[in-house]
Amino acid sequence: MKEQYEVIMAGSGGQGLVVCGIILAQAAILEGQNAVQTQSYGIASRGGFSKSEVIISRNEIMFQQVQEPDVILALTEQAMKMYASGEPDRPVFYDTTLLEKRSGRNLYGFPFTEMASLLGHVGTANIIALGAMATLTGMIKTDSLATVLTRRFAGKVADMNIKALQAGIELVTQD
Amino acid sequence: MQREAKLVQGNEAIAHGAIYAGARFYAGYPITPSSEIAEECSRLMPKVDGVYLQMEDEIASIAAIVGASLAGAKSFTATSGPGFSLMQENLGLAVMGEVPCVVINVQRSGPSTGLATKPAQSDVMQIRWGRHGDQSIIALTPATVKECFTLAVQAFNFAERFRVPVILAADEIVAHMRENIIFPDPGEVQVIDRKKPTVPPEQYKPFEPESDGIAPLAAYGSDYVYHVTSSMHGLDGYSNNDPANAQWRVAQLHRKLERYRDEIVMTKSYDTDDAEVLLIAFGATTRAARAAALEARKNGIKAGVLQLITLWPFADKEIAAHGKGAKKIVVVEMNYSGQVTGEVRRILGPEKDITLVNKYNGQIITPKDILEVLK
Repeated sequence: MKEQYEVIMAGSGGQGLVVCGIILAQAAILEGQNAVQTQSYGIASRGGFSKSEVIISRNEIMFQQVQEPDVILALTEQAMKMYASGEPDRPVFYDTTLLEKRSGRNLYGFPFTEMASLLGHVGTANIIALGAMATLTGMIKTDSLATVLTRRFAGKVADMNIKALQAGIELVTQD
Repeated sequence: MQREAKLVQGNEAIAHGAIYAGARFYAGYPITPSSEIAEECSRLMPKVDGVYLQMEDEIASIAAIVGASLAGAKSFTATSGPGFSLMQENLGLAVMGEVPCVVINVQRSGPSTGLATKPAQSDVMQIRWGRHGDQSIIALTPATVKECFTLAVQAFNFAERFRVPVILAADEIVAHMRENIIFPDPGEVQVIDRKKPTVPPEQYKPFEPESDGIAPLAAYGSDYVYHVTSSMHGLDGYSNNDPANAQWRVAQLHRKLERYRDEIVMTKSYDTDDAEVLLIAFGATTRAARAAALEARKNGIKAGVLQLITLWPFADKEIAAHGKGAKKIVVVEMNYSGQVTGEVRRILGPEKDITLVNKYNGQIITPKDILEVLK
């Protein structure tokens, strides 16, 4: 396990990227780590380029922005173009419900939104992605993410989010 | 039981810090990137029997907090550039009337309404000189979410102690950033309340300083009935056009802060003892500067960082002391004109090698940007 992980989640406003970043950061804090979450967005509350960055570290986090991402989530074509053509070893997760399919050994395309819709709410697409990213990188225990989800949501919504997390974990453990 | 660390946004931490300091009156008009302070206050204030008031604009907001403070409440407002401009007139009233209050200015990219969601540190000089007339101001600037909390408390402590408005000059980066912090328990951080008069109401002079240089402040609505005016006034608060009185009053407004200058001016230094390159930064840019300095040391460049926590009064002495031994000075700030760099030049002189690393396009200064000039 590395001392520090840096994550970029990019897409458009309203896709829940900030909340997704917050959940990851909160899970890191549960594990006794330091976390910084930042965001960049335009003046529109929906639509327009939006980005959520998370750094989790066992040490003090000085510069607050991601410099060398360990994993990327792209939810729009624009985000994909910005981040997919980087390091060949850097995993990039993207949503094949929303984006064209691509090939590349570091590209992990899954129909997050379609899966989320089948689970009961498209809003859980990010949680599916988070489960997959956490499992692949080992940056955070998926149990910690589950704890944050059960604290954040109640009743059926919590159950749905836990199912989404589990679905994400299975996406990368299956093969 | 060990208290739990929480993921908290800078703006939220400011609201919590203000309430920890005893603030019980918030009046404001939401504006990006400060709106979460208003949101958080709307939730927190009712729980502590405080008042949250959404005003029609920023002029009304500052007028309300000046009034609330005179009525005895610790009061504050939060805004950004466009709103801060509107507040200057009544901020001047707070200086002249010696009304303790806190104004949070979360700086965003300008001029005018500029880039509403993007960061800047371009109000440094407006904070100092934005009001007409000859006056002084205290301004603090946080670099972390923890400092958002602690400096909010400190801002109220200074305001109450010295009967002055205090500006908490955050920037969009720190205000919107979330970090893990543990909120202190009540009593863990010192909270200072304004001095109340000890003389009977008929003897009370609202502008007569005691031996510590500060006049006690009674609350409107109490047995102490007194007058506050923005015009030149005597010790009793009533208009006074005597040149000797004006001379004393203008000097008094400055002197009460000059006297406590060493307590007000706060800096932090990182690896400056042997530094040949001194990076000077404040607010969010401190973080890039610290990361750059560490990286530079790996490459054999002896770099250190001086963080300005207090922007005004300016850290003349501290910059002179730290800058003397350094061969090269690099000032990092998010504005075109080098508002802090100019002050550093004033202190260290034209012979000193002083470089400005700046951005003014709404983008964030990175450690790499700083390392470029250290090569």
